[in-house]
Amino acid sequence: MTSKITSPTREGIYALLENVKDPEVPVISVRELGVLRDVAVVDGNVFVTITPTYTGCPAMDVMREDIEKELQNAGITRFKVTQVLAPAWTTDWITEEGKAKLLAYGIAPPQKTADIRALKGEAPIVPCPQCGSKDTAMISLFGSTACKALWKCNACLEPFDQFKCL
Amino acid sequence: MAQQLPLLTYLLRRGDDNLILGQRLGEWCGHGPQLEEDIALANRALDVIGQARNYLQYAGEVEGKQRTEDDLAFLRPEREFVNCKLVEQHNGDYAHTMVRSFLYDAWHLPLQKALTKSSDERIAAIAGKAVKEISYHLRASSDWVIRFGDGTAESKERAQNALNALWTYTGELFVQDEVDQALIKAGVAPDMAKIKAEFDRTMDRVLAEATLERPADAYMATGGRQGVHSEHMGLLLAEMQYLQRAYPGAEW
Repeated sequence: MTSKITSPTREGIYALLENVKDPEVPVISVRELGVLRDVAVVDGNVFVTITPTYTGCPAMDVMREDIEKELQNAGITRFKVTQVLAPAWTTDWITEEGKAKLLAYGIAPPQKTADIRALKGEAPIVPCPQCGSKDTAMISLFGSTACKALWKCNACLEPFDQFKCL
Repeated sequence: MAQQLPLLTYLLRRGDDNLILGQRLGEWCGHGPQLEEDIALANRALDVIGQARNYLQYAGEVEGKQRTEDDLAFLRPEREFVNCKLVEQHNGDYAHTMVRSFLYDAWHLPLQKALTKSSDERIAAIAGKAVKEISYHLRASSDWVIRFGDGTAESKERAQNALNALWTYTGELFVQDEVDQALIKAGVAPDMAKIKAEFDRTMDRVLAEATLERPADAYMATGGRQGVHSEHMGLLLAEMQYLQRAYPGAEW
């Protein structure tokens, strides 16, 4: 049960929203994912700004509802969650701790770059999140969710998801 | 239709192109030639339906009749859809589906790239997200065109047949009517001549690697932008809109 927040502050809301995770990858929070763009508190009104990862990602609606639920559970009644498209989300906004959590969860985190050319990049080296081997190969450009590609490890023979670099 | 604001028509065209392609790609769900491809097509369908949602949402606001993106998708009759004819063409075999996507992606990427510089901030923001996704789509569809073209005699023949059959729908992508002219003037939309140049470069590069022959420009089918569609469109809509027609207002 979330403790009640009587007088919301920016820091307090940020701390509260750490409880809201990506429904597809439940170890990483919306802040660590870079989806939570801003929190503002004006005269007791809470304004939360989020941005989608992929345009059609169905998890976005869930994250939005989860944020609203979390605020309500904390006793906050006056709030507004707004979605913005620009600037467009990039995997560079996933925090370092977020990337470490992805890796621990078995998902190869995105390589660091905001450059669109990375999407078309010539065979980036993606170490296996299971055994760490660099002897890996892409199976498919698309994986189990909009944000992931499917890889396999030639060393431990395990397939794994990679967070696509965007 | 003639009295419609140019911006509204333009948004409907961008939304409908993506929506109808998304519906076609979604038809593969559960029928893909292999599991990874099944998932890949559903992923791509999701991306373009997301883009359709953004454009149709905006269209609904510009129209000012309280219609949501769902209303526009599921309750408009065929003649009010203004997608290009290319996207409504049936899936055929896998080469046909991939060549259709390749032609679309090769046009769609430079178009959305140019729209990131639109004087309309909302369009620029939608396009800013879309270009990242479409770059990825073009890479995937190009890979398949090359694999089929430079593959076996059978795969090459199928890819070439698909290219020959679909080429007639590429002309419509670059037509500029009074809607486009008005928006080009306002700095909202790009001049399609520039988009065509990039499309041509992609064709030359990928088709050469795929050892496929670029068909000669001959008769080009048009009409989609005016709501006059091919025979495939009615069947597509019958399936896509069935639930909302049979159970109006159904939600889950």
